[in-house]
Amino acid sequence: MAEIEVKDITYVYGKGAPYEIKALDGVSLTFPHGQVTGLIGHTGSGKSTLVQMLNGLIKPDSGEILLDGKSIWEDPKKIRDVRFKVGLVMQYPEYQLFDETVAADIAFGPKNMGMSPEEIKEAVEKAAHFAGLSSDLLEKSPFDLSGGQKRRAALAGVMAMSPSVLVLDEPAAGLDPGGRKDILDGIKKYQRESGTTVVIVSHSMEDMATYCDGIAVMAKGKVVMRGTPPQVFSRSEELTKTGLDVPQITKVALSLRECGIDIGKDIYTVKFAAERLLSGGAPYES
Amino acid sequence: MEPIIKAEHISFSYPADEDTKPRKALSDVSLEIEKGSFTAILGRNGSGKSTLAKLMCMILFPDEGKLFIEGRDMTAEGIGEDDIYEARKNVGMVFQNPDNQIVATIVEEDVAFGPENLGVPSAEIRRRVDEALETVGMKEYARHATQRLSGGQKQRIAIAGVLAMHRDIIIFDESTAMLDPRGRKEVMDTILRLNRQEGITVILITHYMTEAALADKVVVMSDGTVADTGTPGEVFSRVEEMRERGLDVPQTTELLWRVKNAGYDVRLDIFDPEECAKEIARAFKIDGRN
Amino acid sequence: MKADVAVGQYCEGSSFLHKLNPKWKILFAIFYITVIFFAKNIFAFALLILSAVLLIAMSGINVKVLLRGLRPIVLIIAFTAVINIFWLRGDTEIFHLGFIHIYLEGVINALLIVLRVVMLVLGTSIILTYTTTPIALTDGIEQLLAPLAKIKVPVHEFSMMMTIALRFIPTLVEETDKIMSAQKARGSDFSTGSLVKRAKALIPVLVPLFISAFRRAGDLATAMECRCYRGGEGRTRMNVLHSTWRDPVMLLMLCVLLTLIILLNKYAPGYRLSM
Repeated sequence: MAEIEVKDITYVYGKGAPYEIKALDGVSLTFPHGQVTGLIGHTGSGKSTLVQMLNGLIKPDSGEILLDGKSIWEDPKKIRDVRFKVGLVMQYPEYQLFDETVAADIAFGPKNMGMSPEEIKEAVEKAAHFAGLSSDLLEKSPFDLSGGQKRRAALAGVMAMSPSVLVLDEPAAGLDPGGRKDILDGIKKYQRESGTTVVIVSHSMEDMATYCDGIAVMAKGKVVMRGTPPQVFSRSEELTKTGLDVPQITKVALSLRECGIDIGKDIYTVKFAAERLLSGGAPYES
Repeated sequence: MEPIIKAEHISFSYPADEDTKPRKALSDVSLEIEKGSFTAILGRNGSGKSTLAKLMCMILFPDEGKLFIEGRDMTAEGIGEDDIYEARKNVGMVFQNPDNQIVATIVEEDVAFGPENLGVPSAEIRRRVDEALETVGMKEYARHATQRLSGGQKQRIAIAGVLAMHRDIIIFDESTAMLDPRGRKEVMDTILRLNRQEGITVILITHYMTEAALADKVVVMSDGTVADTGTPGEVFSRVEEMRERGLDVPQTTELLWRVKNAGYDVRLDIFDPEECAKEIARAFKIDGRN
Repeated sequence: MKADVAVGQYCEGSSFLHKLNPKWKILFAIFYITVIFFAKNIFAFALLILSAVLLIAMSGINVKVLLRGLRPIVLIIAFTAVINIFWLRGDTEIFHLGFIHIYLEGVINALLIVLRVVMLVLGTSIILTYTTTPIALTDGIEQLLAPLAKIKVPVHEFSMMMTIALRFIPTLVEETDKIMSAQKARGSDFSTGSLVKRAKALIPVLVPLFISAFRRAGDLATAMECRCYRGGEGRTRMNVLHSTWRDPVMLLMLCVLLTLIILLNKYAPGYRLSM
């Protein structure tokens, strides 16, 4: 159980230089415990900066980051402990694999935490299971794995630290549709069974709609929208205005309205759309 | 008309390492690509898509079977390095990682790299580079540093680099995979323009079903073989088969498919949200629900 | 954004210096360095400063940018100055404390040496790095060394290597940064502990970095092959390096400067540099 909250944080890149960029401009946001929160926004909207702040890799210029009500920068010397509590899986995490075997690589985080060998072994096995890595892969060199397996090994490396908050930056980028589904299903399952608070950054509206309990939309260093997927996607005009796309199915629902079939504006998955459409008889009241 | 690329029963295995067995990547693949067409190749990671791309631009050569590029048999006896070099002049490739294919630090210098290798006279290179940058909409960036560009811009530079070599065929090997939606749109718009306006034969390897839906023809690869081929409408209509292969279909098709399964008579080969809505409305009206 | 490493601090422009032929520019820079070393007394140095002001004017580069470029060598400058002030003995003692003796000659000498270092850095960076793109510089080197190709020195390959290195240094710096962040997120600690511990902490950064560099190299080789690269033979260039009237003018100016410095060294009165 953990809740992470950012309060009015700002951050500027290249301070004083002519190309100074305001990456975050007064962002306040709560990531409620036990929920999957999606963070959407363009490249340069500040979301990657924000996620690197959640575990103290970047320190905000002003504002606070509260983990269970306590500022993570209260004692800068203890920031390493914060990183164990807030696990961050960066973009293309497979490029951080380095050890001789997959098991040793997954054990890197737990070892740094000072776990005992038995605890490490257990943590590695559990994490590998959640990430969907079969046990015969554990003794292989990480460099002999396929692209999708490497990604899952890197994910397991962070899960093995049993963080109370798991932050993932584009966990499914570059994978094929099956691979995307596998990894996102794995994360969802892990979240359900461990009760971890999860933050996912993604460009895929379709994935966000399917896997998130709540969504925050960022643009130009600010949070411009916050709500549940139906709440956010029903504001498709505004989303489009910030240059973001809505799921294809949401567009279909909007067109259906024009054709006289109202299944509501809050449509964001195909399954949901089909159910409303085929539930028969009474048109949906919006 | 003679296809611009023709593969006849080609197979390919990656040679064995010290401790690995040879890995079969393609077996008995036959394929025809029409001149000026837009073909999308779909398939899971490891299904042989990229190997096929590398064979088509002659970075690799098939172990068995025949490969014709613009009517010339590249697998025939006596084909030497110079013949390959000549044939390769017609086939360009844009790769997945934008950072690993840019050679120079300045945009126009990078675009010039290809024509320079071909020995094109300086003034002509200048003309081609300007023209190529214009085509991909990057003219104002000619003197910029390549490092500072966005992913989509880098890929457009890579495309310009291929265009400046005046190639007939361009293969895009997951060129949109590492881009954000905006970058992907930039690149897809450019690809479509090249195909429709410049008549360039396009082969697009992708994981995005919505991109494949724009093609004339879709080839589905699975375990090193061609599992399905047809128009996007035909291929995506087979929703269950696509799912079994670890692939997906556009959301419009999936919705129509669910509607059809509920007993309505709808077409499945529609990828535009508006058209999709109209089709459903049409079917429902027939049904007398509205 | 962190990857704005000063590999070639090139400033876009179209000044007299920008338009010089890079091939000759390299020689001009060497010439200018030689001239700086020739200067031996205060008058010669005054002339050098004048020449530097002229160079700055000819380059059109913002003085602030130039001064910022000097920041990294402040430590070297300070060190040289201190060594000279305390080391050099002369006739006019101006300060004395215990075993420390400071002489006027030492102070002047330190001043001139510092001036020399600053001039060296300023001169070469104005003539070369600030006004020449790294690529043009590499081309210049290639052309300068071209005669060596006749005796089988791989001049083209060397310059291609330079080009690619310049292109990839920022990419790899960015990558290092990313991998370090990723390992920090798993509890790596790069800033505390003994030297051995810190060196060990770098392994999880270096291994992925090398692997990635090799992967990039492989990808790049394939991409270059696809773009019909096969060495320098039969290759043409888009930008041929042209010489204009500016090049001989620059040469003439440098010759005049050298002559004046030699004359000043010989006939001007005053303190002489002893290094």
